[in-house]
Amino acid sequence: MRETDTPAMEGLKAGLRKESRKAGLDFEKLKSGGFIKQTQKDLFTVRLRCPGGKVSADRLRKAAEIAEKYGQGEAHISVRQSVEIPYVSYKHFDAANAALAEVGWSVASCGPRIRVPTACAGCTYNPNGITDTQGVCAEVDRRYFGTATGHHKFKISFSGCPIDCFRTREMDLGFQGVMEPELREGLCTGCELCVKSCEENALRMENELPIRDLSKCNQCGDCVKVCPVDAMVRKRVGWLARVGGKHGKHPYVAYEVANFLSNDQVYALIEKTVEWYKPFGQGRERIGVTIERLGLDSYLDQVVAPLGLEAIRDPKERRKYYTRGNFYGV
Amino acid sequence: MAYEGDRPMPDARLDLRGVLCPINFVQAKLKLEEMEVGQVLEVVLDDGEPMRNVPRSIKEEGQRIIDVGKLPDSTYRLLVRKDTE
Repeated sequence: MRETDTPAMEGLKAGLRKESRKAGLDFEKLKSGGFIKQTQKDLFTVRLRCPGGKVSADRLRKAAEIAEKYGQGEAHISVRQSVEIPYVSYKHFDAANAALAEVGWSVASCGPRIRVPTACAGCTYNPNGITDTQGVCAEVDRRYFGTATGHHKFKISFSGCPIDCFRTREMDLGFQGVMEPELREGLCTGCELCVKSCEENALRMENELPIRDLSKCNQCGDCVKVCPVDAMVRKRVGWLARVGGKHGKHPYVAYEVANFLSNDQVYALIEKTVEWYKPFGQGRERIGVTIERLGLDSYLDQVVAPLGLEAIRDPKERRKYYTRGNFYGV
Repeated sequence: MAYEGDRPMPDARLDLRGVLCPINFVQAKLKLEEMEVGQVLEVVLDDGEPMRNVPRSIKEEGQRIIDVGKLPDSTYRLLVRKDTE
């Protein structure tokens, strides 16, 4: 629930309303569309829409052009992979939008909406990448970007493997690539390269064959990638789904709720999660807070179970994702 | 091809002990480039990072590790057959 504004906050908002009436602009509406008011009078930062952080050379040139003509000749690369152009006067919005349209580009979203999803390179060119983060990210952006949630921002990210460069643990919904290995025993030569490659010590040799400790295996696929004789092969790949993370003043770590999602199940989970968040969220709270308030089981029962996903319900199953470092309280 | 036991004798040898990643892989790659398809390169690597990285990179290049053995000083001796030009 939103608390009553402090006197300082009330004064600031009154000032904004007065200014927007003068300029004939709706600052709140502008913010929904990727133009962010700056400290300096009349100036805005233009937040550009760059799903997965991919920007063509044409668009880079266009951003440089807009920065030079309407900004102060510089861009800022945001933490969510956006190219942002600061110091643009509202008087140039139409011109900036027209310039962007020339390269089929548009601004990002702010406010209580699904934000531009972010992603690593994934399997497109990273040898560690297990899943097509860029492809799925682009599709999620096409389908769901800007969807109103009724409560707060909603951030989605994609990491191609358990190294998790795109911090799926701090997303409202995060999807991380996983690979399940299997051993074709007849082909194994006992070279032990898989055992050597495993950073989790999940493999050990027994009777000259590698045996896997499932409680340690984090499904990174390194054993498969190294096997010189294709004895250790990939049984299946998919997405590990995490929900309820957030950063900011009070960070939450997301819960692993389902494993080996297909791409279609990723889309279904996003839709059903937002459909659940709308009525069950209260006021201006992130979905992670909603889940803390109602209990993770209510999310698992009402969203994960009906979709027929491979659910992760036992807290002990989540421990292996946090066996290193100081995730205190876990 | 001459054999030692059931392993082929290498056509070339590369001692990469003490060489850091990725230089160890780069040296192995360059040596393989000089060789003919079908020839065998012996590579000696330190345990740890080199053993985690180099065999996989060699596989990604399309070459084939046909033997892995541990040496008395805890380094590893790989036999790599050049399969790909």
